[in-house]
Amino acid sequence: MQDFSYERPDSVEAAVAAMRDGEARALAGGTDLIAQLREGRRRAGRIVDLKWVPALTSIAALPDSGVLIGAAVSLSAVAQHAAVAADYPAVAQSARLIGSVQIQNRASLGGNICNAAPSADAVPALICHGARARVAGADGQREMAVEALFEGPGRTALEFGEILISILLPPPEPRSAATYLRFTPRREMDIAVAGVGTWLRLAVGGAVAAARVVLASVGPVPLRALSAETALIGEKPSPALFQEAGRLAAGDARPISDTRGSADYRRSLVAVLTRRALADCCARLDGRMEAL
Amino acid sequence: MKTLLMCTVNGEERTVLADTRDTLLELLRDRLGLTGTKEGCSNGNCGTCTVLVDGEPVCACLVLAQEAPGRDVMTIEALSAGGTLHPVQQALVEFGGTQCGFCTPGIALSAKALLDRNPHPSEPEIRHAIAGNLCRCTGYGKIVDAIAAVAARTQGR
Repeated sequence: MQDFSYERPDSVEAAVAAMRDGEARALAGGTDLIAQLREGRRRAGRIVDLKWVPALTSIAALPDSGVLIGAAVSLSAVAQHAAVAADYPAVAQSARLIGSVQIQNRASLGGNICNAAPSADAVPALICHGARARVAGADGQREMAVEALFEGPGRTALEFGEILISILLPPPEPRSAATYLRFTPRREMDIAVAGVGTWLRLAVGGAVAAARVVLASVGPVPLRALSAETALIGEKPSPALFQEAGRLAAGDARPISDTRGSADYRRSLVAVLTRRALADCCARLDGRMEAL
Repeated sequence: MKTLLMCTVNGEERTVLADTRDTLLELLRDRLGLTGTKEGCSNGNCGTCTVLVDGEPVCACLVLAQEAPGRDVMTIEALSAGGTLHPVQQALVEFGGTQCGFCTPGIALSAKALLDRNPHPSEPEIRHAIAGNLCRCTGYGKIVDAIAAVAARTQGR
């Protein structure tokens, strides 16, 4: 392994300065990066530890509701945060699916995004909630949809020298709910063969007003199942509707065959997981609407 | 390149000459001689290198030694302070929750962290807490029983 220096910036500005050249690698939890460095899959001349930058290591519930999560916050801290657990349970539950307790205590939400694995479990729930990414670089800060960050396996839209600093979860909309379900052969410590996040917002009359269906592990990036979403809008939730949405989502998937599963198997999983996730959203909404 | 690191391990301030690329696992085992922490897969899957950083279990193989300064690191060596076994260790002995013993230091620390946070975990909570500690002798039943027994004894007091 190539020798590297280690820097511990204490502000976003200092972190951006430390990322000034191609030698630099941002370190948050390290659960991907350190293994990649040791196995020679990535190189670095300078490790920039982001965990001492307050803006990157805190979670803030915003005054207008909504939550701002620092990119280097651990998945454990995300899952345990009261506002995340209450308003974005799908995000909290996704964070608890990744690796083990040991991994969740280190791995960051921003790292799960920036590693850009198509199987990243934290990502579909974020896209379902319309999460935004705040990015800092030498030219200042910009904001974009989390969904727009992914360009391919291991590749993001971050420009040279830019770092992800926080993830913004917008205020939850009334009569809406999200869920993420994945399939793994083992219950714990496994990588999704396929995963599906769904989000539904119902109109006052009970029909679907808005829907998002996000597929993991069945394409080079997390995919929106747009034909499934279109079919849901304006319809009353029913088992037949969700079955049809699952069929369409399976068609929207672009899976490959690999050691974890064949493309056909993954499409079948997408159909089932989509149907179940949509039903789960409805169950959450029924519970909530009774409380209103 | 070598670097001098000042870090807190098992409650003691240590000054250690380390390679800049050392992991926390290498720092503990090779520089400080704390070989109770085991090396298994070295990529975060097996949990044999579990130590507590600021009280939370982490895989020492996925932490750089240079991340340690400013954190509080606890290894298995500190669990039986003063020569008295920690209740988790005592229960693992009583229940035979150890076979070859290679996973045991990591299991003990994961269990300690669980019980510190949640003194009365359910069986699924116990199994979740040690899911990142692989026992290739597959003796999970007795390990789970041992941890449950510690919780039950705490309740009795």
